Amino acid sequence: MAVDKNMNVLIVDDYKTMLRIIRNLLKQLGFNNVDEATDGAMALQMLRVGNYGLVISDWNMEPMTGLQLLREVRADAKLKPVPFIMVTAESKSENVIAAKEAGVSNYIVKPFNAETLKTKMVSVLGEF
Amino acid sequence: MSAKGVDRDLELRLDAIRREHGETIQVDQIGEVVRAMLETMTGDIGAGDLRLYRELESLASYIHAAKEEIAALRPGEIKNEFIASATDELDAIVGATEAATNEIMDAAESLGSLSPMLDQEVANRLDEITTRIFEACTFQDITGQRITKVVKALKEIEDRVESLVKMFGAEYDDGSPKEEKPLTDQDLLNGPQLPGNATNQAEIDALLASFD
Repeated sequence: MAVDKNMNVLIVDDYKTMLRIIRNLLKQLGFNNVDEATDGAMALQMLRVGNYGLVISDWNMEPMTGLQLLREVRADAKLKPVPFIMVTAESKSENVIAAKEAGVSNYIVKPFNAETLKTKMVSVLGEF
Repeated sequence: MSAKGVDRDLELRLDAIRREHGETIQVDQIGEVVRAMLETMTGDIGAGDLRLYRELESLASYIHAAKEEIAALRPGEIKNEFIASATDELDAIVGATEAATNEIMDAAESLGSLSPMLDQEVANRLDEITTRIFEACTFQDITGQRITKVVKALKEIEDRVESLVKMFGAEYDDGSPKEEKPLTDQDLLNGPQLPGNATNQAEIDALLASFD
């Protein structure tokens, strides 16, 4: 099934510049329905009331980290199937293992480029 | 045993030695006399006690020297001036790079908005270029995170210096600035100034004009 580029994408980062960068990269990839959250708790609230086809989240945030957000998403019956890509500067193997164990769909290490973002999105959503 | 008690014992012992050896003694008898004297002291100050006293004295000298060395480092100044200044400089770096990054992205977004006005081939090329600009802007996030780590490390050093000052006594360094000395050419080289401390171009122009 073809990927619907009109899907809602939620990007989560406590750093507004990064949100702006990811939004612009998604726009270049043809995804224009992008919402932003600045921490895990805010993202969880938005996910529970919205209808999102993909979450792209930073890890290092307060008060709720990206990993905690991921665990909350996977523990919620309604949100469980939503693809979740972690975009983070945390590149130690224990981080990747922890994220995988929590149910991450894919993992992008910062700094990254549009091609990497697209590749990871394709692996999670399918070709677009 | 009191000092008076020791004196009395010593007197009795000396009388005994005098009775045995008379008023003059041979050099080879001196060792025996000293041994006898030391026996007199048994129970008051033993050889072990003397060693302990020497070690305590050495420890006291070491602590005193350490205090002097810490005072020479002026820990209060390190905490209040150098670390505080370094933290402010790092915050200024984050602020300035963030502002510049947003400025660059503003320009890239403006360029991107021109795409619909261009033919497809040129528009695609323009999109590639703006994408590269956005990719390059991710440096700011990484730089910011690295600087945050450095600031945390400085904070840790600051806390440890503070503990050291508390342990050795604040009287060794109250953090007050050093005695003012005339400015040297080297002292004048400390730019760029932090935003709040900087003199802007208009103020510099006014200052120069005041000399006229």
